[in-house]
Amino acid sequence: MTEQTGQTEQAQQAQQARERIVGWARERYEDLSFGHARRWCEEFQAKAIGHLPVYAPREIIDAAGMLPVGILGGGDQLEIIRGDAFYQSYICHLPRSVIELGQSGRLDFLSGVLFPSTCDVIRNLSGMWQVLHPEVYVRYVDLPQSDDRAIAQRFWEGELRVLMRDLGRVAGLAGPVSDDALRASIARYNDVRRVINELYNLRREMPWTVPTEELYLLLRAGEVVPPELFIEKTRAYLEAARATPDRVRDRVRVVVTGAFCEQPPLGLLKTIERAGCYIVDDDLLVGNRLLVGEVETEGDPVAALARAFVERARETSVIYEGDVDGKRTLLKRRAEAAGADGVVFAAPSFCDPALLDRPMLKAGAEAHGIPCIAFKYAENSAQFQQFREQAGTFADAIKLWGGQ
Amino acid sequence: MSQASKGEKHEAAKDRSMVLQKQMIAEHYERLERAPETGEPVVYTFVPGNLTELIRAFGALPVLPEINALQSGMRGRSRDFISEAERLGHSEDVCTYVKCDIGMLKSGNIGPTGTRLPKPDLLLLSYTGCYTFMKWFELLREEYDCPTVFLQVPYQGDGKLSAEHRDYIAQQLRGQVIPALEKVTGKKYDDTIEAELKRRLALAAKAEDDLVAVLQSAKKKPSPIDAYFGGVYYIGPIFSAFRGTEEGVAYYEALRQEVEARAAAGKGPITPDGPLDKQDYRLVVEGPPNWTHFRQFWSMFSDWNAVVVASTYTKVGGVYDFGFRHDPDDPLGTMADYCGGCYTNLNMPSRIDMLVDYIEQYSADGFLINSVKSCNSFSAGQLLMLREVEKRTGIPGAFIESDLVDPRYFSAANIKNRLESYLQMVDARRAERAGGGGGGGGSQGAEARP
Repeated sequence: MTEQTGQTEQAQQAQQARERIVGWARERYEDLSFGHARRWCEEFQAKAIGHLPVYAPREIIDAAGMLPVGILGGGDQLEIIRGDAFYQSYICHLPRSVIELGQSGRLDFLSGVLFPSTCDVIRNLSGMWQVLHPEVYVRYVDLPQSDDRAIAQRFWEGELRVLMRDLGRVAGLAGPVSDDALRASIARYNDVRRVINELYNLRREMPWTVPTEELYLLLRAGEVVPPELFIEKTRAYLEAARATPDRVRDRVRVVVTGAFCEQPPLGLLKTIERAGCYIVDDDLLVGNRLLVGEVETEGDPVAALARAFVERARETSVIYEGDVDGKRTLLKRRAEAAGADGVVFAAPSFCDPALLDRPMLKAGAEAHGIPCIAFKYAENSAQFQQFREQAGTFADAIKLWGGQ
Repeated sequence: MSQASKGEKHEAAKDRSMVLQKQMIAEHYERLERAPETGEPVVYTFVPGNLTELIRAFGALPVLPEINALQSGMRGRSRDFISEAERLGHSEDVCTYVKCDIGMLKSGNIGPTGTRLPKPDLLLLSYTGCYTFMKWFELLREEYDCPTVFLQVPYQGDGKLSAEHRDYIAQQLRGQVIPALEKVTGKKYDDTIEAELKRRLALAAKAEDDLVAVLQSAKKKPSPIDAYFGGVYYIGPIFSAFRGTEEGVAYYEALRQEVEARAAAGKGPITPDGPLDKQDYRLVVEGPPNWTHFRQFWSMFSDWNAVVVASTYTKVGGVYDFGFRHDPDDPLGTMADYCGGCYTNLNMPSRIDMLVDYIEQYSADGFLINSVKSCNSFSAGQLLMLREVEKRTGIPGAFIESDLVDPRYFSAANIKNRLESYLQMVDARRAERAGGGGGGGGSQGAEARP
């Protein structure tokens, strides 16, 4: 066998491995009955706890021996039959599909659901869940918003301790989740964050190597599988992706922002890239990398987790911005870090956090000469022609004239 | 047709207390306009979770942007303000209070009474029961060169304010809010300020007693008040700048006397079309009113001799009718309890319980939800509330939709049709319960309908 033939075979094998992993992730993304998560629970005689976007401390669920399951709506694959009866037309789409998943029994394997403080709709959904599913553990998770770090940390430690107590009970443990178990889980989730960062770094450096569609499918799979499995698959994907780069295309580099809660349909992400943009940074599923850097695994694990949130949480619309320059400079900093040419505001219709933030963020970006476009979507948007035209025109304008 | 609106067109009838309140508000806005000259510090804050006694104890004046927005709506100015904000890039999907406020600011910041509003010396962001508040002051902060202090009030997700959450609020008051007020006013939170705070909390409690007596008078038949349309006037002073003030106490004393006199005389409330003594329907209402067509909206009820006997909106700036009073002996703790207990900070089961309780305690014939597009804090989940309340009380509910201050979302014909259909259904249910035959037969015997 010649050296060239060997290299070709290796590349083919890497390509096959890549396709297998993406196929594995897509299967989990498309599985609205959560069959894989259910089977995992049966196999390991374990329970599962769901959580809504944006950020939930998955470490505590994992440390209790349960499976954390991200509930991200039904996307464009779920027909809404019951969910619309619970919401007026001016409420975003995510809660109707979450209600649909619940009312149709697709979430009946969950022993509890956490509702993080993302917005008033998700907050009120926590109470609706208490009414509709009284047999399930429900907790509204009030994230610390105070900009006094000491006060915020004390509060968040208290909240985490409550979760350790409650989830220990739900899991059937003799007492609260132990500190040792939490330390071990923090270490696992440090690995999760590390591989996600690698994935984002590779896409930023060589976006032709990691199409956002593939990155996103992996992240979605990560929401419903145990951390170890996600880490294994993502490492394998990274290896395969590095070995099988696509050709470099003449595209502009963009940051996509505003899509942190209700998720855009996969077709929208593909449309943005096919229209002439490489997505080099985004806030899709940002909860999985909200904590920046390693969380300490020595000492008090609750204090470590709380400190990481209070001191090093990624800036997002759902957390109060104490720094008056924070919003003004956020997209400049993100665009610079990603080497982006422009910003795409892609927000779900009726999304208060994203849409109320947009004027501030957009003004800040434009003040720094960063071109922007904005559009709204719903998780079940099916027509992408308008997005293709907008994104294509945007990319052409940047190629022709660059930033402002 | 009600006895109120038969015959010639009336000028809007007003209670004495309404006139008194109008004077208080006008004087407050005038004082605000003079603030740059008098040097009185100005604190912008929100209605739910407002800390008026503390602000006043430091000698500062409160400005409440929601009040400005709703007043702009009532005075027909909100449409232009909202359009201006949308022209500047604010989404058509978000809260119209915010857009009305920003539009007003961008149009010269002339308040609803025609006086200029002063710039804030401090933005006191009380994050109670509404996510949008957080963004609202982040947005205002872009316009004003002044400090912002943030008070996070944890949501009562488990149906109560836990001791830890209460402590968290008190810590923030002590560690953040008070130091910010000290800095802005140049006054130390010493024994003198604390004594003044306690005095004001005692005044607040006194006014709260009178307010509760007024609201609970609606248990009588006929009700001497309308607890929604009239109720929003009754809560005006205590939800805004006048809780913990002598003027506030005087207002509620006068209001209570007025209402008690009406009750003793067996009279109903004054509506824009005259007195509503004959009441055929007793309703409970959930959700804020529409402000742009407030009088027209009220008339749709009074035309049918329908009186609202209890409402949840009148609890948005504080829930007092289940026993809470500001306690001068525990200043920070009582402010924490107050903030935690505001209506939109209560979870969905608690809100359902409250509606059921009102329907039972106030002998209501029905309940109605006015779902406003702007306010997800109120609106998200209201269709489930409707279903649950119907299930628990056996009383059918009605659901109508409008907006706070965006006149584009008020469809008079649609709302009128729904309300009339609903009241006819209430009649039919009554007839069924009475053993069949004929409609009508309201609480006091309904006449033929208009």
